[in-house]
Amino acid sequence: MDVRKTYKLFVNGEFVRSESGRAYRPDGIVNVPRGSRKDLRDAVRAARTAFPAWAARTAMNRGQILYRAAEMLDSRGAQFTDLLGGGVKARREVDQAVETLVWYAGWTDKLPQVAGTVNPVAGPYFNFTLPEPTGVVGIVAPDEPSLAGIVRRIAPALCGANVVVALAPELRPLPALTLAEVFATSDFPAGVVNVLSGQRRELLPWLAAHMDVNAIDVAGCTPEEVRAVEAAAADNVKRVIKVAAGESSPYLITAFMEMKTVWHPIGV
Amino acid sequence: MAISKKQSADLARQVFEYAPAPEAIDHVRIQPTYGLFIGGKMVEPHSKKRFPTINPATEKKLAEVSEADAVDVDRAVKSAARAFDSWSHLSPSRRARYLFRISRLIQERARELAVVETMDGGKPIKESRDVDIPLSAAHFFYYAGWADKLEWAFPNRKPRPLGVAGQVIPWNFPLLMLSWKIAPALAAGNTVVLKPAETTPLSAMLFAEICMQAELPPGVVNIVTGAGRTGSLVVEHPGVKKVAFTGSTEVGKLIQRALAGTGKKLTLELGGKAANIVFEDAPLDQAVEGIVNGIYFNQGHVCCAGSRLLVQESIAEPLMEKLKRRLGTLRLGDPLDKNTDIGAINSRAQLEKIQGLVESGVEEGAELYQPECKLPERGFWFPPTLFTNVSQSYRIAREEIFGPVLSVLTFRTPAEAVEKANNTPYGLSAGVWTDKGSRILWMAERLRAGVVWANTFNRFDPTSPFGGYKESGFGREGGIHGLAPYLDLN
Repeated sequence: MDVRKTYKLFVNGEFVRSESGRAYRPDGIVNVPRGSRKDLRDAVRAARTAFPAWAARTAMNRGQILYRAAEMLDSRGAQFTDLLGGGVKARREVDQAVETLVWYAGWTDKLPQVAGTVNPVAGPYFNFTLPEPTGVVGIVAPDEPSLAGIVRRIAPALCGANVVVALAPELRPLPALTLAEVFATSDFPAGVVNVLSGQRRELLPWLAAHMDVNAIDVAGCTPEEVRAVEAAAADNVKRVIKVAAGESSPYLITAFMEMKTVWHPIGV
Repeated sequence: MAISKKQSADLARQVFEYAPAPEAIDHVRIQPTYGLFIGGKMVEPHSKKRFPTINPATEKKLAEVSEADAVDVDRAVKSAARAFDSWSHLSPSRRARYLFRISRLIQERARELAVVETMDGGKPIKESRDVDIPLSAAHFFYYAGWADKLEWAFPNRKPRPLGVAGQVIPWNFPLLMLSWKIAPALAAGNTVVLKPAETTPLSAMLFAEICMQAELPPGVVNIVTGAGRTGSLVVEHPGVKKVAFTGSTEVGKLIQRALAGTGKKLTLELGGKAANIVFEDAPLDQAVEGIVNGIYFNQGHVCCAGSRLLVQESIAEPLMEKLKRRLGTLRLGDPLDKNTDIGAINSRAQLEKIQGLVESGVEEGAELYQPECKLPERGFWFPPTLFTNVSQSYRIAREEIFGPVLSVLTFRTPAEAVEKANNTPYGLSAGVWTDKGSRILWMAERLRAGVVWANTFNRFDPTSPFGGYKESGFGREGGIHGLAPYLDLN
C-alpha cells in the first residue's frame, strides 16, 4: 500500500492547506487545495517581504540557485514524467523545463551587459542604465503544457530578481504544485516563489487588482480574462505582460524589469 | 583696500537689483487663429469650435486654437493610417534625413520657438531658450540616427513599426514632450496623431509649420488640439495601435483602463513625488543649488521635481538657513525677462490646485516659509514655498503638487532615508547628495525610481532613458530603450 501525498499550497517557503479549508478534485480523484483570496494575500505579503533580500543577492548567486532548481527538477525527472502522463512526450516536456531553468540560470549575470547601457550624454556626466526587478510578479500559468508552461514564466521572472506569486493551471495543477517542491529544495529564500492552486475566477481578480503586486503575466489567460486583468491592473499602474507563451528570450526577462538610469557629474 | 570679513558677509547677503532684460518678441508672429494639422496642411476643424490660449503671465489672449471633435480625430487617424504604408516602407535612411531636417529647423527657429513657449506656458525664457528648445532639437537629431540602425538595436529580432501612434502630452514642457513622443515614433517607422495640452498648443502649431518646411510626407505627423475629450478620442480611436501618454497618474490610470483588451501597446509617463536626499557630508552650497533646481525649475511644473527634501538631521539647521537665504534671491516675474528664475504658473486651475495643497499643509501643521516676494498684479503666480515640520502622512508629502512647493523632512541613517524616499506609490526620480562614492551607489541601488541623480538634479538628455517605477508609469523615453515601445519585436 503506497503512502499518498497531500497536495498543498506553497506560501512563504511552507507547504500549507488553504486557510479556507476547501479542496477541489480537478481530475476527479486527487484533492487539491482550493486557494482563497486570503491565501493570495498571504502569498503576496510573503513575496513582498522576501523581495529586498532576494533582489540584493548577487547575480551569480541567483544563477546558482536557478541552476540548483534545474538539478532538483532533473533528478526527479521520472516523477514529473509520470505526473504528465508518461511517455516520450511527457519526458520531453520535463527536459524542456530543465533546459529552461538552465538557460535562465546562465542569464542572471549577463542580462545587465546586454540590456544595460552607458549613455553618452552631452555634458560632463557619467550616465548609465541598468535593469532592475519590478518587484512582486503575479503569474497566471497556462494549462498546457502544465509543467513547461509555468517554468517558462517563473524562470525569467526569478532571473530578473523578482519574487513570484504563481497561479497553478486550474485543471492540471499537480505538476505546478510538485514543482514547488523543487523550488523548496533549491535554496530559494522563503517567499521568493509562491504557488497557489484553486479556481481562477476566485483568485485572478484579486491578483490583478492587488495594490502590492507590480506586474502580472497573463500567459495563461483567455482574451476575456486579459481584458479584465488589464482593467483591474490600472488601479496601481501594474505592468501587464503579454508576451507569447512559448517565448524564451532576454526580452522576456526585461519585460519583468524596470530600467534605472543614474547620473553623476564628472569633475575634479 | 581689502574688504573686511564682515563687509564681505554683508555683501553676500545683499540681493542686487537687476535692470529689466526683456527678450524681444518682434520676430515672432502668432496667428490669430489656428486650424488642425491633418494630412500635411492646416485645415479648418469640423467642429467649427475654437478656444483661446492665453499668456499666463498677463492673462491676455494669444490666439484661438481649434477644438478637435470625433470627426476631426477620425480624419487625423485616417490620414496617419494612409501615410503609414509609404512611410514605413520608405528607405530608413530617408526617414532619418527627414528627422535630421526637423532637428535643424528647430535649431534655426530656436529663438522664435523659445519665445512662443514662454509666452504660451509661462516658463522663464532662460529655461525655454537653454533647456526646452535645444533638447527638442537634440532629441530629433538623436533618433534620426536610429532610423536606419534599428536592426543593430535589437539582436535576434526584426523590428517592425506598429502603425499609427496616438500621443497625448502635457503643458509643462510642450515642445520637448512633443519631441520625446514624435522623434522615436517616426524613427521606428510609425506615423503619429499628437494632441498637445490645451493651455500650451502654440509651439505644436509652430512645429506643424516646421513639418511643412521639412516637406515631411503628408499625414506622417498630424496634430489635433483640444482638451481632455480630444485626448481620449485620440487614444481610444480603433485605428491607433500605440498610445503614449505623459501626464497625471490619475489620467494615466483612466487610459490604461480604457485600453484594456484592445491590444494597443501603451507607455505611460506619469506623476512623481521625488525625494531629494542630502547627507551631512554633501557640499552644502552645491546641494542648495541642486535643491533649488530640483523644485523651483519651471515653477515646479516637473513630474520628476525633487518635491520632498530629505535632510540628514545633523545638517538640517545650516542647510535650511542657506536654502531660505537662497530663496530670497530668486527672481519671480516676467517670464520673458532673461533674469527671471520663476515664471508664471501655467493656468488658473493649476494655481488653485497649488493654493489648495499649500493650505492643507498649513492646516495639517507644517510650518510655511515664503521669502518676501512681490507678485505681479495680473497673471498667475505663486512664490517659492518651503514647508518644514512635515510629517510623511501630510498631503504635501504624499501628493504631487506640481508647483514651487518643497516639503522638508529629516532622517538620521541611510536606511531611514531609503525607507522614507521609497514610501510613496510613485517612483519616477530621486536625488542623492553626498561626497562618498560608495554611498551614492548604495543609495542608487535601493531607491525605487527610474532616474537617480547623484550630486545633480533635473538633467535630461536624448541618450538617457527616462521613465518611472510603480505608479509613475511604465516604458522609457530616450536612449535605445525609448525605441522599443514603438516597435513590434515579436
